[in-house]
Amino acid sequence: MKDLVDVSGEVRVNDFVIKIGNVNGTGSASANGLLMKAIFRMGVPVVGKNLFPSNIQGLPTWYEIRLTKDGYMARSGTAEFIVAMNAETYKQDLAEVSPGGFLLYDSTWPRPDLHARADVTAIGVPLARLVNAAFDNARTRVLMKNMAYVGAVAGLTGLDVEVIRNLVKEMFGTKEHLIDANMKAIGLGLDYVREHFSEPLPLRIEPMDKTAGHIMIDGNTAAALGCVYAGATFGAWYPITPSTSLMDGFKAFCEKFRVDPDTGEKNFCIIQGEDELASVGMAIGAGWNGARAFTPTSGPGISLMSEFIGFAYYGEVPVVLFDVQRAGPSTGLPTRTQQCDITLAAYASHGDTKHILLFPANPKECFEMAVQSFDIAERFQTPVFFMTDLDIGMNDWMIPELDWDDSYQPDRGKVLTADQIESLEKFYRYEDRDGDAIAWRTLPGTHPKGAYFTRGSGHNWKGGYTEDAEEYKVVLDRLTTKWKNAANAVPAPVITRCGKDARRAIISVGGCDGAVLEALDRFAENGVNLDYLRVRGFPFNAEVDQFIDQYDEVFVVEQNRDGQLRSLLVNETEAPKHKLVSILDYAGMAANPKFIIEGISAHLEALGDVA
Amino acid sequence: MTSMSKPFIDKHLPKNKLGLSVRNYEGVMSTLCAGCGHDSVTAALVQAFWELDLAPESAAKVSGIGCSSKTTAYFMGQSHGINCVHGRMPSVATGANAANGDLNYIGISGDGDSLSIGFGQFAHAIRRNLNMLYILENNGVYGLTKGQFSAAADYGSKSKKGLANDQMPIDPCVQALTLGAGFVARAFSGDKSQLIPLIKAGLKHKGFALIDVISPCVTFNDHAGSTKSYAHTYKYYHPLVHTDFVAHADETTGAYDKDGAMRVTMADGGELFLRKTADDYDPRDRAQAIETLLMNKSEGEIRTGLLYLNSDLPDMQAANKLPKIPLNQVPYERLTPGKAALAKLQSRYR
Repeated sequence: MKDLVDVSGEVRVNDFVIKIGNVNGTGSASANGLLMKAIFRMGVPVVGKNLFPSNIQGLPTWYEIRLTKDGYMARSGTAEFIVAMNAETYKQDLAEVSPGGFLLYDSTWPRPDLHARADVTAIGVPLARLVNAAFDNARTRVLMKNMAYVGAVAGLTGLDVEVIRNLVKEMFGTKEHLIDANMKAIGLGLDYVREHFSEPLPLRIEPMDKTAGHIMIDGNTAAALGCVYAGATFGAWYPITPSTSLMDGFKAFCEKFRVDPDTGEKNFCIIQGEDELASVGMAIGAGWNGARAFTPTSGPGISLMSEFIGFAYYGEVPVVLFDVQRAGPSTGLPTRTQQCDITLAAYASHGDTKHILLFPANPKECFEMAVQSFDIAERFQTPVFFMTDLDIGMNDWMIPELDWDDSYQPDRGKVLTADQIESLEKFYRYEDRDGDAIAWRTLPGTHPKGAYFTRGSGHNWKGGYTEDAEEYKVVLDRLTTKWKNAANAVPAPVITRCGKDARRAIISVGGCDGAVLEALDRFAENGVNLDYLRVRGFPFNAEVDQFIDQYDEVFVVEQNRDGQLRSLLVNETEAPKHKLVSILDYAGMAANPKFIIEGISAHLEALGDVA
Repeated sequence: MTSMSKPFIDKHLPKNKLGLSVRNYEGVMSTLCAGCGHDSVTAALVQAFWELDLAPESAAKVSGIGCSSKTTAYFMGQSHGINCVHGRMPSVATGANAANGDLNYIGISGDGDSLSIGFGQFAHAIRRNLNMLYILENNGVYGLTKGQFSAAADYGSKSKKGLANDQMPIDPCVQALTLGAGFVARAFSGDKSQLIPLIKAGLKHKGFALIDVISPCVTFNDHAGSTKSYAHTYKYYHPLVHTDFVAHADETTGAYDKDGAMRVTMADGGELFLRKTADDYDPRDRAQAIETLLMNKSEGEIRTGLLYLNSDLPDMQAANKLPKIPLNQVPYERLTPGKAALAKLQSRYR
């Protein structure tokens, strides 16, 4: 006898969210990755978000897969289909299912209370019973239960099992017994739902052709790949969530591409420092000595590195800092996302310091901007901050395939060769010979005439120690000019115009991009005209000033409590403060369009205006 | 620190194999107090480099903050130097060394820089067996901030104002030994004949070489009651192991052999001769070195010389399998996988 699933709801094809609730440490990541990849392989654009605790084993974790036929890249904020695998969070999961949605749970232990919502259909599949009957080993049972729900979801939504089978084969290669075991588990879930439910859910997965030429990759991996292609040879780091996978990626790619097959020699060096202070010090030492050097970290690391950052700024040493931002002051929420280090990075370290920041919005930009970061750091002989965040860095994003131009040559900046030094009458480290505020530097070991003393103490244009007021100011003023000039070297902002006469606009940054673009579509449908500028670099390009100037009001959308991008705009552009209205989200979750739509709508309503 | 250059006249001075006089190994004028032990160390460094015929540009000087750290400006003016932040020189040296292991790295630090704010970095540079000569100019006191005790001040030692130190000292040599350093020496700035060969040997040692140099502070720690004063050091200082270094084996080396000295061949062919003053002391025995130092400490003795040597440990470059060409000189073509590899790599992300 078959249960009846209510299918009276509106059929949604390739436009809904599957959210899987689980316990961390149970190996659900590979099952969830498999689900998402299979949808991607069916040609359906997907967004995957991992919501995980700062814990190794035993706490709740969720994985969201948004099928988005329209290609939106943010969370939707809805949950049409929740696969509840963690009894601890059943109640919370049930409450979260969108009206008309579905909740699948393990009915080995029936839970009538999960059928309590009239607008939600609860589906019981006795996963544990099925898996326990088929597998002996305790750990295997835990892992295979995850695969069993993949099968159940496939059966209920129309996900192509052949696609899953191919992925499982790729995953396990020649390990036939693992392929068989996993497919057997998937079959358990699949057969059960086919046998017990009359038809699939009104949430349907159907083949599309929208993912060709795309890949699924996380931003940390893409940034690591960028470091390899940039020719970075030295990385120092101290493990910190959410930046760790960047160095893991760099190491893996270097082991693949940078090891001499004959000698085993490695054309890279990775040092795990004793702390962040040491890590940035090492990167600075390597940068001083002419290696492309970087350190990946997160906000707490930037705090610790600050003294050294000022040293590299004033001593004019190139170094790239990857700040994979996470939420909060102090330890905060290490596994949640924010863009909350913007002001910290912009002015990091004591005294007068201003830095160059790059803001990627997705893994594609992570790859490209990683390369640019090294070029800019060496061109401007200064620390460069690559400002990504946990959402971009650790979640898999669908992006166009990465491409590389083999004619690329790194911009190593103004470094004198031995011959050039020999031909000079005298070398002075901080002399602005070319009038571009960038002085030529020399590398240790090149030539005795090129020797100089790098110091964080007061120095004059010759590189000598000074306490003389005028001499001191000459160097500081040149640093300001140098920094301002970088506005034309950082990636230009991306401007999206609505095509109508807009009086208002949005400025945003990094990981908010997908949510902003989706919100703009909703506004357009409602006749609200908004243009959009996405900042990609600091110091701000002149276009940012010009853009703000064109509107009566500009909404600054960002994920932090204090409106840090807005503060920077107030500080570093001519924009009048009242024109910039903060639209903020700082709950730590990857952005969804809701806070933008609600925030801007509320503002317009209060004004009695509809833009 | 100063930028004041000294008048350069060296016609009458002997030249080394590179045709350079000691003057070519000097830096700008020292601004330390007259009689400062650190200036003696600087002079010993100049002499050692000159005697070793080292090209000035082959050296890189690294330091942190403090009186000792300032001295990197006072020697080897034709070598690059980096004077970074307080206590963090070892990390800068680590990165610099990774970028180019062909240079001779000389780190100058003090007891404040290494044993308080930089204790962690000091320890971890040793653990990495960073190939560098690390000179710790140890005077037991903070000079630039006018006389506070450092972590190297002995228990009961008196400050200039007459207060006794009530905390136990950190002995950098004992620490280095426990952390696995392969070259641990102690010297006294007042004994150049001992210090110069130690500097040479430390430079030639492939790995981390520590020389803890008792270097009295004439202004803030040279009074009666201080255990880091010139008078105290002269009184209690006893070389335990006499060290001589010969860069290339020649006719003089035979004399050492007859002398019964322990002969150690360094990585680049230089010869090190160790003459022990005590028959039962073995500078290859780490445990004995630690025990001796701890016992000496309780007796108030200051034992000096090359206290421990182990040249067999792989340095950071070797441990990381770094290439023969320094990383900062590897051509870009060898670093980029190229367009085709990127296209191929991405099949795993589809």
